[in-house]
Amino acid sequence: MDSIFSQFLDAYTMRIIILIGINLILALGINLVTGMTGQLNMGHAGFMSIGAYTSAICSLNLDTPFLLSLFLGAVTAGAFGFIIGIPILRLDGDYLAMVTIGFCEIVRVFFLNFEPGGKAVGLSGIPQDTTLSFVWLLVLIILFLNYRLNRSRIGRAMFAVKENEIAAEACGIHTSRLKIIAFTVAAFLGGLGGGLYSHYIFYISPQDFSFTKSIELLNMVVLGGMGSLPGTVLGVIILTIAPEVLRVVAEYRLLFYGGLMVILMIFRPNGLLGGVRWYDVKQKWFKMKSKTTKEG
Amino acid sequence: MAEELLKLDQISQEFGGLRALDQVSFVVQTQDIFGIIGPNGAGKSTLFNLITGIYTPTQGNIYFKGENINHLPPYKIAALGIGRTFQNIRLFSTMSVLDNVLIGGHGITKSGFFQCLFSLPKARKEEKQLRETAKELLNMVDLYDKKMDYAKNLSYGEQRRLEIVRALALHPSLLLLDEPAAGMNPKEKEDLMQIIRHLKQEMNITILLVEHDMNLVMNICERIAVLNYGEKIAEGSAEEIRNNQEVIDSYLGTAHRI
Ligand SMILES: Nc1ncnc2c1ncn2[C@@H]1O[C@H](COP(=O)(O)OP(=O)(O)OP(=O)(O)O)[C@@H](O)[C@H]1O
Ligand SMILES: [Mg+2]
Repeated sequence: MDSIFSQFLDAYTMRIIILIGINLILALGINLVTGMTGQLNMGHAGFMSIGAYTSAICSLNLDTPFLLSLFLGAVTAGAFGFIIGIPILRLDGDYLAMVTIGFCEIVRVFFLNFEPGGKAVGLSGIPQDTTLSFVWLLVLIILFLNYRLNRSRIGRAMFAVKENEIAAEACGIHTSRLKIIAFTVAAFLGGLGGGLYSHYIFYISPQDFSFTKSIELLNMVVLGGMGSLPGTVLGVIILTIAPEVLRVVAEYRLLFYGGLMVILMIFRPNGLLGGVRWYDVKQKWFKMKSKTTKEG
Repeated sequence: MAEELLKLDQISQEFGGLRALDQVSFVVQTQDIFGIIGPNGAGKSTLFNLITGIYTPTQGNIYFKGENINHLPPYKIAALGIGRTFQNIRLFSTMSVLDNVLIGGHGITKSGFFQCLFSLPKARKEEKQLRETAKELLNMVDLYDKKMDYAKNLSYGEQRRLEIVRALALHPSLLLLDEPAAGMNPKEKEDLMQIIRHLKQEMNITILLVEHDMNLVMNICERIAVLNYGEKIAEGSAEEIRNNQEVIDSYLGTAHRI
């Protein structure tokens, strides 16, 4: 499969497509907990880090097969999400953001001092098992499941928690449990993305998973539109490609980033596709079509 | 055949030094339309927040179907069959009218995260039932044609009606309505009275109602309790309340002018 791709695509393009896929899995996690459930999570890179290191150490030291390493990384990250989610999801808004940033830093400092993880130097020589077709197969599965979730009682309840917690409770929604589910699944996806990342880049160090990485991922969701699946996809594509395109203006990249966000917040405060419903688009298109046929 | 559905036993609620409710007791029988009236700040909404578990009473006990519900969290109380609306409407405003009602039925559906994720038979069956109920309910209050509208784009009266059917999606045996007629025009108030009667007669729902519109209260409530500064000063039929001197002095005298 991947040999077919490599016939048509050059290595550089393949790299970007793979990174888009990995970022998408990571961003879908943030979209679930922050975009849908409304719990500001700025510690996603921490979970990514746990997944990246766990799976890399399994592959390097225990010789586990790729799939098992990946799975162990994701489950470990998910378990951490669950354990720290229970106390911290009592907090909301700014406080939750602060604590998740703190978590991300703690994880980074831990790996800086973690002998089996190579301390500050990190790990290298991780088998490069992540392929384009595998990443995108996962992406499609996760997107499909996420889409299904959104149209179920649990997905709707997540949106309800974001909209109005008191009303959500009055509808019988166990809001704290739902937040923990969202946080755990997001952490799992973070760990999965981390494992894919380490088995693609094949060299990782604690600096790769700093708080800035969390913000970068969060930006993708904000740009696309919190809670929107097509929005998240669009946001990830734009912000993964942007740095490549902006390589020419290297030093001004951050300036451009900031500018882009400010402009966005002025013109589309809910993100590019935030609050856009397929139903409305269809409705509008249908009206336009019937109008033109009448005129014609 | 009336029996005790809700019983408040010597309920007091304090906020810091403020005693919002002072040893309030009353019993709501099944199939009652029970009204609570009283001036602003009398503690009516606080009473609702205690019954639905948002606060735990400082003193006293609340029983629903004989079970003490003092320490139950709101979501559990909802699932037991107590639905409510809010004085300051709390809809899921950027979601569709239909979604609002579907979420309303959350407490009586059970399928878990993985069942929903993989759309297993149980989840699918529940979803189908939820959608049928939602359709019926929305038709009942003439909102089915607007099912895809954002809740925030409805008129005030429509929002109040939507909030009522969202609560009904729980199939509650007790429905708490906090000033459902506030902001409605006379025609909408008339419709609301029809709906409330329908709930009682056709759906066997017991109703506890806080309302400032005396015409509405006197018309549909079989029993009325009057609160004043957190104390219950009277309880009885509409006729008895209308002729109670203390009630006239503290509330009705002014309410009629409003
Ligand atoms: N969470 C709270 N913290 C502190 N004081 C509160 C709280 N909730 C209510 N109160 C106070 O309790 C008293 C009763 O308020 P409540 O809202 O129950 O009145 P109400 O009878 O519903 O009035 P209205 O007719 O204006 O709705 C008021 O003095 C109010 O300020
Ligand atoms: Mg009130």
